[in-house]
Amino acid sequence: MAQINTSSNSSDSVGTKFLALISRVFIAVVIPLIAFAVIYAGFIFLRDSNAPKWLIALVAIVWGVGGVGLLFWVFNGIVERLPDKWTQRLQPFVFAGPAIAILIWYLALPTARTFWLSLLDRNGTEFIGIQNYVAIFTERLMREAFRNNLMWIIFGSTFSVAAGLLIAVLADRSKWERVSKSLIFLPMAISFVGAGVIWNFMYESRPIDVPQIGLLNAIVVAFGGSPKAWFAWTDIIPWNNLFLIVIVIWLQTGYSMVLFSAALKGIPNELLEAARVDGATEIRIFFGIMIPYIRGTLITVWTTVVIFTLKIFDVVWVMTGGQFGTEVIATQFYRQSFVARNSGFGSAIAIILLIAVIPVMIYNLRQFREQEAF
Amino acid sequence: MASVTYKNVYKRFGDVVVINDLNMDIADKEFVVFVGPSGCGKSTSLRMLAGLEEISDGEISIGDRVVNDVPPKDRDIAMVFQSYALYPHMSVYDNMAFGLKLRKTPKAEIDRRVKEAADILGLGSLLERKPKALSGGQRQRVAVGRAIVREPAVFLMDEPLSNLDAKLRVSARAEITKLHKRLGTTFIYVTHDQVEAMTMGDRIAVLADGILQQIDSPRNLYNKPNNVFVAGFIGSPAMNFFTATMVQEDGHLFLDSGDFRVQIPDDRKPVFQSYAGSEVTMGMRPEHIHSPEFAPPGIVASPIKGSAELVELLGHELHLYVSTGKNSLVATVDTRMNVNVGNNVDLVMDMGNLHLFDKKTEKAIR
Repeated sequence: MAQINTSSNSSDSVGTKFLALISRVFIAVVIPLIAFAVIYAGFIFLRDSNAPKWLIALVAIVWGVGGVGLLFWVFNGIVERLPDKWTQRLQPFVFAGPAIAILIWYLALPTARTFWLSLLDRNGTEFIGIQNYVAIFTERLMREAFRNNLMWIIFGSTFSVAAGLLIAVLADRSKWERVSKSLIFLPMAISFVGAGVIWNFMYESRPIDVPQIGLLNAIVVAFGGSPKAWFAWTDIIPWNNLFLIVIVIWLQTGYSMVLFSAALKGIPNELLEAARVDGATEIRIFFGIMIPYIRGTLITVWTTVVIFTLKIFDVVWVMTGGQFGTEVIATQFYRQSFVARNSGFGSAIAIILLIAVIPVMIYNLRQFREQEAF
Repeated sequence: MASVTYKNVYKRFGDVVVINDLNMDIADKEFVVFVGPSGCGKSTSLRMLAGLEEISDGEISIGDRVVNDVPPKDRDIAMVFQSYALYPHMSVYDNMAFGLKLRKTPKAEIDRRVKEAADILGLGSLLERKPKALSGGQRQRVAVGRAIVREPAVFLMDEPLSNLDAKLRVSARAEITKLHKRLGTTFIYVTHDQVEAMTMGDRIAVLADGILQQIDSPRNLYNKPNNVFVAGFIGSPAMNFFTATMVQEDGHLFLDSGDFRVQIPDDRKPVFQSYAGSEVTMGMRPEHIHSPEFAPPGIVASPIKGSAELVELLGHELHLYVSTGKNSLVATVDTRMNVNVGNNVDLVMDMGNLHLFDKKTEKAIR
């Protein structure tokens, strides 16, 4: 198949190639356009009808999914009726083309537009060059955000990876493996906002003369201390960020534990026995054999958590709103764009965040590829 | 260099007895093969010696030292695993050097030993490679090399050749035998392949159902099997067994299977006399059943008749499947014998190679 393809491509004239390109782009653009038109027509039709709600929902589902399915089917049929060579050239684009087109529309174009906006002033009218970027690296709150994000990356990823690995190793040797793993995985099912609410209770602080309902303060008071408002404990800035970071560690440990657990179970038993006979201690086996064996998983999990902490927003927004020296890049971006209405500055922050994520992302994808995940 | 002793060793998993009262003395520098069908306990016996499996009862000693509670690393053993168990992230060199590094062997000494082992095994040009970049045969040699460099008192090998293709297995077999001669160390080798067992071992321990059936030299195992199991396990095609009644007539002993009647040589009469009148299990190896034309001279031949049901010509020998009525047998006959399926055939049994077993205990009558 592949051979046939290359030979036919190399013999194509420039004209044919150009025609192929035009047809491919046409297919990629026209299919989603028709799909949007059909779905929009359906929306208008349903909006104005008086049918019961459940019927509308049902029709919407059938209309949307069925309509798009039909569209692909029709286009595929048309392409298959073309001469063999042309079917080969165009068929992939019937299916992958629309996805690419939509990705460009929703992802690539907004990114480009955001970059353009980041070079304009707060109203998006006047070109001001790199002034927004200069501001990012000089403004006090932004520098605070960078510092905090660095803390998030270092502590958040290190602890959730280390804790996940430790629990996976220990659970593997325990007869309570399933129960303990389920309990630790459970937080993964909780939304960040939900987790924020839960941890707000943990950190709740009441006047000293009434009973403490927050666990942490209850302990402190039981030992004769006075209750503290933990994130607002500005004396220890920037370490009060750790009270927020713990929440994400709590949420993420389950994720890393599950992946590590699967990877550890993939280590052949004979390998560990060979090391034991060779004279390695259990600790040596862990660091010298097991860790290198699951290295791929380790890097994948680590980078995933790093990307995650780079983009952290919800937990901070819910718990402190960025007060008490807990701003992060994403909260700054939100504040600038939607509270202060400074679209230029907000866009510049978004671009910086994107640039920060890209190298980690590339590394992550390369790891995936090495593991032949795709 | 050390002897190995199993003394009343048991291994139980819950209520299941996997090894049942194993007693064995393996001499220094000996090459002993544990053989048996899967699940017979041969690997478990080896793993208990390695320290990878706990001993439920009894004692295992290496040299003069009881090793029941000694961790694997302090037993002075090296092991080659079926899957080779090479460390995938280490080069061939590091794989071999790993055990020595852990023992804080000086660098120069490590280097010398690894290079020497690599020379013996022909791995010299592969030292920088990772296991992933090696063929099956090369990996197997690295696994052996990793054991050699340790210069252990006892070598343990758990089916090290079973992942190789048939041709490579034959040459690797010879390599390991040569290695044993060269190193002069105690080797204990587990396999389910009787050819490996027969060709490699100084002595072979045949296990079945967790019980040691017999430990003996290959020759004795073949010529004087202790019981029906060993007799049937060693040899290919397997020994023919018949249920026969021993009858005494005119001062001679005969075995009557119902289909055929053969005479026991008179010189063996005293041994079997007490079984006269009772049923016994008679064993006859296929290679001791001949076509009368090509029977070797000087044998005590007893004729039988049957019809050929299947003829397999292997080139150097001919396997003849014969029905004698209610019994059937396999004979390895001379390839010149002219026989087709359905023919009536005349054969002779070489009664000098008769094996008789007590029908109840299945033990050899001697």
